[in-house]
Amino acid sequence: MSNESDSGVGSLQRSGFVVRKERLYGRLIAASAGLTILVTVGIILALSGRALSFWSQISPIAFFTGTNWSPVIANSYGVLPLISGTLIVTIFSALIALPIGLAAAIYLSEYASDTARSILKPALEILAGVPTVIYGYMALVYVTPLIDGFLPISVQLVPAGVPILPEFTLVMPSLGTFNALSASVVVGIMIIPMVSSISEDALSAVPDSLRQGGYGLGSTKFDVSTRIVVPSATSGIVASYVLAISRAIGETMAVTMAMGMSPQMPYFPNVLRNLAESSQTITAAMVQIAGADSYGSGPTYEAMFALGMTLFAITLIMNVLAELVRRRFREEY
Amino acid sequence: MSESDSSPKIQTTIETGDEASRDAPLDARDTVIETRDLNVYYGDEQALDGVSMEIFEHDVTALIGPSGCGKSTFLRCINRMNDMIEVCRVEGDVEFGGKNVYDDDVDPVALRRKIGIVFQKPNPFPKSIRDNVAYGLKIQGYEGDVDERVEESLKAAALWDEVKDQLDSSGLDLSGGQQQRLCIARAIAPDPEVILMDEPTSALDPVAASKIEDLIDDLAEEYTVIIVTHNMQQAARISDRTAVFLTGGRLVEYDDTTKIFEDPEEQRVEDYITGKFG
Repeated sequence: MSNESDSGVGSLQRSGFVVRKERLYGRLIAASAGLTILVTVGIILALSGRALSFWSQISPIAFFTGTNWSPVIANSYGVLPLISGTLIVTIFSALIALPIGLAAAIYLSEYASDTARSILKPALEILAGVPTVIYGYMALVYVTPLIDGFLPISVQLVPAGVPILPEFTLVMPSLGTFNALSASVVVGIMIIPMVSSISEDALSAVPDSLRQGGYGLGSTKFDVSTRIVVPSATSGIVASYVLAISRAIGETMAVTMAMGMSPQMPYFPNVLRNLAESSQTITAAMVQIAGADSYGSGPTYEAMFALGMTLFAITLIMNVLAELVRRRFREEY
Repeated sequence: MSESDSSPKIQTTIETGDEASRDAPLDARDTVIETRDLNVYYGDEQALDGVSMEIFEHDVTALIGPSGCGKSTFLRCINRMNDMIEVCRVEGDVEFGGKNVYDDDVDPVALRRKIGIVFQKPNPFPKSIRDNVAYGLKIQGYEGDVDERVEESLKAAALWDEVKDQLDSSGLDLSGGQQQRLCIARAIAPDPEVILMDEPTSALDPVAASKIEDLIDDLAEEYTVIIVTHNMQQAARISDRTAVFLTGGRLVEYDDTTKIFEDPEEQRVEDYITGKFG
C-alpha cells in the first residue's frame, strides 16, 4: 500500500490469494443456495417412494375419489373428506385473515403515526410468534364457548311457496367441542401477521410520487390508499396472501386440537353444519397415523406419505398460481 | 427571444375571443389567486417571506429563481399540497376566488379538485392510459360520458393521436414525454380552473420539453397556468407574467414577462437573468 505511488504497476498486479479467497466465498454462497434445492428434492424423493408403494396397493382412483377416510377400522382410504376439512379451514381462515391483514397493512403503511407503528409492528410480530399449540387450546377453551353463546342461528333464505325454488333455511347449529369454526378463527388470527407484514412492505414500497399525484387530483386519503396504493402493490399483496394460505393449508397443531379427528364430507346444501361439527384435515390425519400403533409398516403407515404428497401438490399448485398472478400484476415504476 | 416568440402567440389567440383578458390592462383582468403576506416555515427554517402577488385568469405565470428560493413551496401552497409535510407551517392568506384557502372550513380535497397539479417527474399511476385519465373523474363522481371526457383530455394534452389505439395498455409503457402529457391530461380531465406545474419539463429531453411548452400555450386558453421553472428561456418563451424569487423566499420582482426579461427594475433580477449569479 505504502509504495503505491512509486510502483504503480505493482498495485495493478493480480493477487493469487485474493482470487482464491473470492472463489471460496462464491462457492460457499452457492453451496448454501444448493442445499435448499437438495433438501427440497430429498423431500420429494422421500415422499414419493413410500407414496408410490401405497398407491400400488390402494388404487389412486379410490384414494382421490373415495368419500370415506377410515384407514384403521374400515381399511378405507378416500381422501376427499380430508381435503374437504383442509379446504374448510383454509377458506374460512382466509376469509378472516385476508381482509383484516390487508386492512392492518393499509393502516400501518398509510395511516399510522410513527408512534402507533412502532408499537403495532412488534405486537403483530409477537402474534406471529405464538406457538400454534397455544392457538389450539385457545380455540378449545375460549373461542368455541364464546362463539357458541350466539348460536344456534337460523335464517329463512327461501320461504315456503316461492315458485321453482325449494324452501330453504340456513342453519348454523350449536358448536360441538371440536369444530371447524373455532379452528378457522384461530388459524385466521394466526396468519394475519403474515398477510399484514408482507403486504405492508409492498404498500410502503409504492413511490410517494403516486400518492402525491392522487392527492393533487383531489383524492381523499382513503381514495389514495385504496385506489392507488393498493392496486400498485397488488403483486406483493398477492404474494402475502399465498404465503398465508399455504400456511393455513399446512397448519397442523391448532387444527388437530380444535377441530378433532372425525373426517367429514361437506353437507349440501347446508355447509354451515360442517363448521359446527368436528372434522379432520389432511395434516391432522397424518398426525393421527404417525401416533398410531401401525407406525412403521402397512398401507396405513404408507398412507401418511400419500397424504404428504397430496398436501405438497396442493401447496405447489397454489404457489405456481400465485407466481402467475404476481407476474400478471407486476409493475415497474 | 421572448419578443419573437410571443408575437405569433398573440396573433393566434386573437380569434379565440376569451383570450382578450390576457392582453388587457392589468386592472381589467380578473384575479384568480391572490396571496397576502404569505410566510411559510419548514420547522424553524423560513421558506417564503412575505410574498404578496396576484395571479390573473388565463395567464401563464412563471415562477423563476435559484434552487431553494421558495418557488416550488409557493406553488404547493396554492392547492395546499404542503399540508402533507408535517413540519410545514403557513401564515398569511392565499385567496382563490376571494376565499382564503387556509380558512378552517376549506376542504383541501375540494380545493385540489379546482386546482390541479403536474409534477416534475412524470408520475402516471400503474393503470391503463384510460384509467389514468379517468381517475380524477371517477373519484369526483363525474356523471357525464367518461370515455368522451378521456378523449377530450387526451386531445387537449396533444397525446390522443399517439395513444388512441392503446388506451388499455399501461401508462407506464409510454415514453417520459408521453407520460408527462398523460399526467397533464389526467390533471385537466376533471376540468380544474387552475393548473400548477412544478418544473414539468426538467426530467424530459428537449424535444419532449418543447411539446409540453406548446401544450402549455394552448392550455392557457382554457385554464390559468402557474409554472415553476429553473429554465429562464422557457419562462421567457411561454409565460405572460414572471415572478422572480431570490434567496430567502422573497418575491423580488413580478411583472409582465417582457418587462422582466428586457428591463427589470431590480439590479439583482437583471444579474440573475443574465446569469451573473444563480
